[in-house]
Amino acid sequence: MSIRFHLNGTPVEAHATSTTTLLDWLRESQGLTGTKEGCNEGDCGACSVMVTDQAGARALNACILFLPQIDGKAVRTVEGISGPDGQLHPVQESMIAHHGAQCGFCTPGFIVTMATAHLNGRRDFDDQLAGNLCRCTGYAPIIRAAEDASEAPVPDWMYDAGSSNADTSAPQSSDELADWYLAHPDATLIAGATDVGLWVTKGFRDLGSVAFLNQCADLSGIDVSSETIRIGAMTTLTDLGAAIADHHPSFAELIRRYGSVQVRNAATVGGNIANGSPIGDSPPALIALGARLHLRKGADRRDIALEDFFLDYGRQDRQKGEFVEAITIPRQVDRLRCYKLSKRFDQDISAVCGAFSIRVEDAQVTEARIAFGGMAGTPKRAAAAEAALLGQLWTEPTIATAADAMVEDFAPLSDMRASAEYRMQSAQGMLQRYFLEDTGIATSVLDIAP
Amino acid sequence: MSVGRALPHDAAALHVTGRARYVDDLALPTGALHLAFGLSQIARGRAKLDLRAVRQAPGVVLVLGPEDIDDMPDCSPSAEDEPLLAQGDVYYVGHPLFIVAATSHLAARRAAALAKVDYEPAPSILTIDAALAANSRFEDGPRVYTKGDVDSALSASDCIVEGQFEIGGQEHFYLEGQAALVVPGEDGTMVVHASTQHPTEIQHKVAHALHAPMHDVRVETRRMGGGFGGKESQGNHLAIACALVAARTGRPTKMRYDRDDDFIVTGKRHDFRIHYRAGFTASGQILGVDFTQYARCGWAQDLSLPVCDRAMLHADNAYLLPTARITSHRLKTHTQSATAFRGFGGPQGMVGIERVMDHASHVLGLDPLALRRANYYRGARPLNGAAINTDPPDTALRDNTTPYGMRVEDFILHEMTAQLIKDSDYAARRTAIDAWNARQPVVKRGLSLTPVKFGISFTLTHLNQAGALVHVYQDGSVSMNHGGTEMGQGLFQKVAQVAADRFGLPVGAIKITATDTAKVPNTSATAASSGSDLNGMAVKAACDTIRDRIATVVAPELQAEPAQVRFEDEMVRAGRAEMSWTEAVGRTYMSRVSLSATGFYATPKIVWDRIAGNGRPFFYFAYGAACSEVVIDTLTGENRILRTDIVHDCGRSMNPALDRGQIEGAFVQGAGWLTMEELVWDDKGRLRTHAPSTYKIPACSDRPPVFNVTLWDEANREETIYRSKAVGEPPFMLGISVWSALQNACAACGPAWPDLQAPATPEAVLAAVARARA
Repeated sequence: MSIRFHLNGTPVEAHATSTTTLLDWLRESQGLTGTKEGCNEGDCGACSVMVTDQAGARALNACILFLPQIDGKAVRTVEGISGPDGQLHPVQESMIAHHGAQCGFCTPGFIVTMATAHLNGRRDFDDQLAGNLCRCTGYAPIIRAAEDASEAPVPDWMYDAGSSNADTSAPQSSDELADWYLAHPDATLIAGATDVGLWVTKGFRDLGSVAFLNQCADLSGIDVSSETIRIGAMTTLTDLGAAIADHHPSFAELIRRYGSVQVRNAATVGGNIANGSPIGDSPPALIALGARLHLRKGADRRDIALEDFFLDYGRQDRQKGEFVEAITIPRQVDRLRCYKLSKRFDQDISAVCGAFSIRVEDAQVTEARIAFGGMAGTPKRAAAAEAALLGQLWTEPTIATAADAMVEDFAPLSDMRASAEYRMQSAQGMLQRYFLEDTGIATSVLDIAP
Repeated sequence: MSVGRALPHDAAALHVTGRARYVDDLALPTGALHLAFGLSQIARGRAKLDLRAVRQAPGVVLVLGPEDIDDMPDCSPSAEDEPLLAQGDVYYVGHPLFIVAATSHLAARRAAALAKVDYEPAPSILTIDAALAANSRFEDGPRVYTKGDVDSALSASDCIVEGQFEIGGQEHFYLEGQAALVVPGEDGTMVVHASTQHPTEIQHKVAHALHAPMHDVRVETRRMGGGFGGKESQGNHLAIACALVAARTGRPTKMRYDRDDDFIVTGKRHDFRIHYRAGFTASGQILGVDFTQYARCGWAQDLSLPVCDRAMLHADNAYLLPTARITSHRLKTHTQSATAFRGFGGPQGMVGIERVMDHASHVLGLDPLALRRANYYRGARPLNGAAINTDPPDTALRDNTTPYGMRVEDFILHEMTAQLIKDSDYAARRTAIDAWNARQPVVKRGLSLTPVKFGISFTLTHLNQAGALVHVYQDGSVSMNHGGTEMGQGLFQKVAQVAADRFGLPVGAIKITATDTAKVPNTSATAASSGSDLNGMAVKAACDTIRDRIATVVAPELQAEPAQVRFEDEMVRAGRAEMSWTEAVGRTYMSRVSLSATGFYATPKIVWDRIAGNGRPFFYFAYGAACSEVVIDTLTGENRILRTDIVHDCGRSMNPALDRGQIEGAFVQGAGWLTMEELVWDDKGRLRTHAPSTYKIPACSDRPPVFNVTLWDEANREETIYRSKAVGEPPFMLGISVWSALQNACAACGPAWPDLQAPATPEAVLAAVARARA
């Protein structure tokens, strides 16, 4: 197929299969070897590129970015971060001045991510750069460089515009998608490809018939009404995080630690739900908020409680040809707290992800919704713990009883992320944390100042 | 003077623009082939291969199984026990079974996945316990180093602390995976571009594989995207496989591991178990310690013997042990063959004694820092600007000996520790943290200050040599080459600074060229922190030879003796007479005097008997100390570093910016090893953490938010290049301060000894909290 986009300011046309990654295309057919392959799965950021479309500029991992996903957009690689006459970008100058590169292999990815953050006026560098791994420097000089460059003006050449001549054979709306999917029920739908990308790069899967959803404009976006917050399936985690912060700040904080900037810029809410992973981070939070899932097959639509979608490990309540259209969260007083437990704080898959929304009136629990990822074969509610809380006094003994009840809810597995015992213990600890936090006690190491 | 300046890395401008080239970036000649290995899925047993589907896969040009190679090449750097491909018997999950050569990297990988392998599993030995039970080991029995009568010392002690703990391994996670490209030339010659710390080893192994003399193989290494020890021996397989295929097909051949393959195939840092029994007086003086170190070496010997030796050699760290016994078991298991990794066993040995210090202070109720300082080696005589060499040796230090009989004559940690205590405000923070912990029910802080004393030199004494080749061209420009490799540490720039300094030129006048076995032969690996010590000296020798020749030519014109000629500011001077460097070079050329020279260096003073465990294995020691503060959550075990202060000894730094970079980077890597970096194998011997999705190296926000690094600016007492000190490995062990601080935080949760294991993942911390409360 033929894909048209702008590359470092110049219009180009790429001829490739639908699952050719941007990284392979850059390195192998364009000889643009500045963009590096570090892991081939979106975890190290050495392949970071800047992609610009109507929504703005963002950093993405080229190793799990299929060419059709950038159709009609503008791509800037490290080779295009310097000016046309070779002038260095402020972040490049700053990285030299602060000794931010040692072996230099991760550096092009850092430069692109830093330049994108610089363009967007972002100064939360620990978050902006969480998706770029460096094994040499210990990061300190890189952050010094990023801070030092932050005041410099954005060079003119960094402003890209999409080429707007995207291939229109891909579905352009949810209606088109619904018709197409009905006709091709065995096809693979590709949203952000942060999961599907690995099926190809690591699993060598032949995806057969595919549909890229990035041009279905009506599938993305967030609508807030007096009753609900409706999130389109193609809404990226980045956009969800920004929109949800005012309503449920703890959910936004969870999303801050979901993947990395590059992953959140690609990954979608719909994808995170539809892939049915037991360790996806958004389902526990959404379940705790009482979210409903909107499914569509052809012209038929239905909506179900999100927790009912996850039937069993690897099995969801989704028919052939049916896809996730949106998710809605009922408006509510915010009582949500999300706790993500992993070996590393940033860009790590949760060993346990707990989401709690417990309403207390007159010292009594009047509503309790608790959901976990990593504790079962699916994202799952802690029904026994919830029951142990409901109607009880909001006190330590109640919490202890509810924590004990959790053993009826879950029989977690041991794996490379955590042992079963530890998963249970820390899930119980999270309930305790929710209670203690509610009473004003310091519980998060992330909140402790040096 | 260029030496001592904080110049950027020589390739900094190339790094930031993406123009720095790594092996996989080189433009390939036409017809190039790409290789992938098919890997064993079982840890031990026999594998019968059906490769028909592989051979028929799209893009496949050649498939080589064990039966296709008559004389299987060996890949081992030591014991010739690593055939390139498994020959029926497989010894670990990830053991290469066959080679696929295809027209693209992806085609080769896809094809490799199509093999049908019939496995006949056999019982496997995966753990330290299983290896001990089966007496599966390298060398006949354990190595033992002793000093004095440890048993008597222990029985005379007021207090004995005893314990055992596990120390996890570590994946290198160099950002650039292993890679090699072989281009066949005429008459059986081969040019190898390899991402390697050891070009000579690649040359040697490739020549051996091809039954060719070493002069037929030229290995070139411009740079690596990180090495950390992981490219000392682990690149052999790729280069050899490429050379075999290139020899058979006549086509250029490239191989790079996909990241998962890199994790699964290559060796990592050795995981250890350490048992200790240590005796102290009531006031905290150590009388003796009995260590037993168990190292899981994997299936092949690789560099495990010297790694384990170095673990023994660092079992004392900074402490004068009146008596000691160190027993080392080198266990053979059916897992990846563990290999070199920054510190080379030293970190594991050092964690052992730091653990003893923490445990003893807990039992004795003494401040851990006071206990540590009370047991330090005696300090070296202050320099006071006097003669630097303590020659003859300072008799006051006669008994200041390590457990392997080496006198410690350059110990400067007393002064450095005092400085760090002041810089970190240790005493006030200790008090404040204790008070804070008393008020906090859920989160607890910990604080610890730990020292580092690291021995510098290869313990295989003959490796302590280096060569250089320097050319001065007629126009005055200089080309410099040496045996060291550049992996990000800034070696090339440091050595260029030496050359610039010798010739009185700006560093930009020195062209740094790729390491090349055809220019400088018989090199040692760039390892053991030795790069700038060895190659700096070799380059200096070469430059000085050329300098002397130029001086001899121009001295008459400058009306001086050659010895009076100075090279400075791009001028050649004697007294008030001078001529430009370019002119002096031109005259030397016109006088038919050579402007090219080799240089050579061999480290003096070292003598070592590794079997007896006696001698002077190290030319000198490099020192450092770190003070880290951490906080833990007692509900989940989550933890993070809050602040770290470091004072580190680089001697007279040749480049403070590069040295600081090594210190900061090594600290974070060391802290990662002991906290979040966890390698997990399942009971089938499969590595479950085989990609960055599951194996977590520190990310940006894991560095200490307050991170103060000070270089201890004091000349090396030994005569090293510009009196600098090696800096690659020593600061790695500053990360131990984080682990010790975590132990300290866990100990704040209850009266009992927390017995924290390594790595201190949240799970390990929560378990330690529970033990402290028991």
